[in-house]
Amino acid sequence: MEIWGVIAYLVSWAIMAGIFAVFALGLNIQWGYTGLFNIGIAGFFCIGAYTSALITTAKPTGVYAEYVQQIFGLDLPFILGVLGAALVCGFIAYLIGYPTLRLREDYLAIATIGIAETFRLFFNNEHWLANGPRGLMGLPQPLQGLVDPRHYNYIYLIIVLAIMVVIYLSIERAIRSPWGRVLRAIREDEVASAMSGKDIFKFKMQSLIFGSMIMGVGGALYAHYTKAISPDVFTPLLGTFIIWVMLMAGGSGNNKGAILGAFVIWFIWAIGTNFLTDLLPYTLKARAPYIRFLIIGILLEIILIYRPQGLMGEEKRVSKMID
Amino acid sequence: MPELIVYGIVLGSIIALGAIGLTLVYGILRFANFAHGDLLTTGAYIALFLVTGLFPWLGIPDTTFGSLSFGWRMALAFPIAMVCVAMASILFDRILYRPLRKKRSGPVIMAMSALGASFIIRMIVLILWGADSLFYRPGVLRPAIELPLEIKIRPDQILILLTVLSLVVILYLFLQRTKMGKAMRATADNIELARVSGIDTERVIIWTWGIGGALAAAGGVLYGIDVQLHPYMGWNFLLPLFAATILGGIGNMYGALIGGLIMGVAQQVSTAYLLPTYKPAIAFIVMILILLFRPRGIFGGRRA
Amino acid sequence: MMVLEVRNLTSGYGETDILQDVSMKLDENEIVSIIGPNGAGKSTLLKTIFGILKPRQGFVRLQDEEITGLSPDRIVRKGMSYVPQVDNVFPSLTIQENLEMGAFVRTDDYRDRLQEMYDLFPLLKDRRNQKVGNLSGGQRQMVAMGRALMLDPKVLLLDEPSASLAPMLVEMIFEKIVDINKTGVAIVVVEQNARETLKISNRGCVLSMGRKVFEDTGKAILENEEVGKLYLGG
Repeated sequence: MEIWGVIAYLVSWAIMAGIFAVFALGLNIQWGYTGLFNIGIAGFFCIGAYTSALITTAKPTGVYAEYVQQIFGLDLPFILGVLGAALVCGFIAYLIGYPTLRLREDYLAIATIGIAETFRLFFNNEHWLANGPRGLMGLPQPLQGLVDPRHYNYIYLIIVLAIMVVIYLSIERAIRSPWGRVLRAIREDEVASAMSGKDIFKFKMQSLIFGSMIMGVGGALYAHYTKAISPDVFTPLLGTFIIWVMLMAGGSGNNKGAILGAFVIWFIWAIGTNFLTDLLPYTLKARAPYIRFLIIGILLEIILIYRPQGLMGEEKRVSKMID
Repeated sequence: MPELIVYGIVLGSIIALGAIGLTLVYGILRFANFAHGDLLTTGAYIALFLVTGLFPWLGIPDTTFGSLSFGWRMALAFPIAMVCVAMASILFDRILYRPLRKKRSGPVIMAMSALGASFIIRMIVLILWGADSLFYRPGVLRPAIELPLEIKIRPDQILILLTVLSLVVILYLFLQRTKMGKAMRATADNIELARVSGIDTERVIIWTWGIGGALAAAGGVLYGIDVQLHPYMGWNFLLPLFAATILGGIGNMYGALIGGLIMGVAQQVSTAYLLPTYKPAIAFIVMILILLFRPRGIFGGRRA
Repeated sequence: MMVLEVRNLTSGYGETDILQDVSMKLDENEIVSIIGPNGAGKSTLLKTIFGILKPRQGFVRLQDEEITGLSPDRIVRKGMSYVPQVDNVFPSLTIQENLEMGAFVRTDDYRDRLQEMYDLFPLLKDRRNQKVGNLSGGQRQMVAMGRALMLDPKVLLLDEPSASLAPMLVEMIFEKIVDINKTGVAIVVVEQNARETLKISNRGCVLSMGRKVFEDTGKAILENEEVGKLYLGG
């Protein structure tokens, strides 16, 4: 294979891995640091992507309007799309958290599945919202005109990695603060924390909102990378499950682990695409995506039984005082 | 509207089968088995393999029973599928959940493991059969019987109701009259005391998985007979199953039965006002309402 | 003849040791009470003897057989039964079913034993098909003890049988304990209600802060003013 072809492939791979890393970081706040079992990541993925899409595209007019319906279109720049995605996700998290955060962890999980499914159904059925099953296309990309479209991905990669690093640093700061320590105390022993007078609910809510905002950013990044989104993209599989595997593989409770897990699992996924599809007999080639997911699923089970702490394990020292 | 209610009861009885199994597992093992819906799928597809693959090859005749849509092949496949899924459930427990139990992993890790298992099952089905909808008997006309109040019901559906009723009665007798059945109820009440009394709780757990799996398989096959098969059929049942279980009270078998019926009727009646694709959302709303206002369920079960 | 021997037992939950180097013994047909202030480790002692907790040190012998560290369902087969303080019945099962569960490991016909339980606890006989969850505290305690006795144990461990019972019922429960003992079962009773327990005990062990600080016959402890003041609330 030609070297530039390989590099181009690696760049697109790295962009997706980086986007997933952002999701994993968001999930790490909710699960790794606070113990919230959120299986509705796909819901925030969906809302983040759609919000950014709606903010950054113009409402269709004229002939075009007969093919594409959307509830609004602000035609604003990328950065506002991303911010909007984060804010809307944070707000939705607040609404969701109110009734569900008092539930026991596995009930919270069921509730989050329900929420994600409901959102997906909503976007799929209500055409006036964002064009229903056909979704939105032609989403703008930041700094589009700067380079030859063939080389655009390099710019996007830098944007994604930059955002990922900014998020990583913000979380690291937050976790080392007194707020972060309370979160971890809640995860370790909720009863004891409650008895020491902390308003558990408030902290869980803040954690949910913070994590969801980050997931919203991830959704926006995804939307502007693929330039087209539709409800069937945000499935439980690719939108939620794989992110969990990434976090468990890398090490929950560890931000570096979250990033590492995302890259490692996405690497396994990518290898799967290439080698697996080549190895399979013709009749099974169409089933390759399922075989890939099967491998990921089995991998998760192995991790849970043999190395639940993931590759990097949980961070040991998380206090400014100790460092 | 009456027709919606009748069909809701048929659908609800299928949900009830799954919910009963789920509530037994939830009650005794204390974790949310996210793979339970996919046990329905497994049962349905094993029956598919038997009815359209193995049995024709073995030469079992294809004739149907009267006005039902199936014959001897399905009559044999039904119990075999139940046994297979019972064994598969026990196997899953052995390989995946028991090691975690031994390590005293929390309910979240166990639920995560079940989630992984559900994906594994679904992927295997997708690999073996693809993503299209399939039928036990493609292209069959489904004649309906007319009942008073202009309700139409198919002979298949009457049989579904009878089958569910029989299974529930058999389960009731098992739980009330046999030693293992009582041991299961005791373990669901108080697993520590059960151990202290000398009850072999590992064996109780095996029986629980077996029965839960068998009932789920039955539900899956019945759904496949009534509607169709596709790889996500069980996963799509997950929300209604959990809603029914929570509605009836965790660990309460009869509550799960009623809960299933209520969920079925609620979902069907909702189609008079909303798009049918919103049915899972109905299940979700019911569940949230119960969790918020009456977490022990209508009939009282374990705390939620 | 000694049926239960406990020596140098040290155990606890997690990192902390609650019990420190406790030794005691129980002879055939005896009633021994374990008394002392709250948190002294009385329940911990029973749980360690019965295998619910594993001791860090020391051993437990039942009729000359070492049972240290065995799991409860193995110990119950060797002739020792245990009645926890709380959650000691199966509430959604009937009285009869609770007793049947007590006999789970028996492979013989235990109907005679069942009848013996009803003779011992006549109040339960009439309600035998009622769900235990609907019974009063005193009735539940009887079911709890009946369940434990279905296996014909040589040793019975009781954890605070009179806890949360009205005073009249307390008296009845202690009468029942004496009745049970008369049928040939040696009993270890952990109790907050020291006076009542000592009255029916052959011997008493006083635990404080995880250690055994005193041991004597039941009568002697009752008459010992100093011990009474220090440990029995005067």
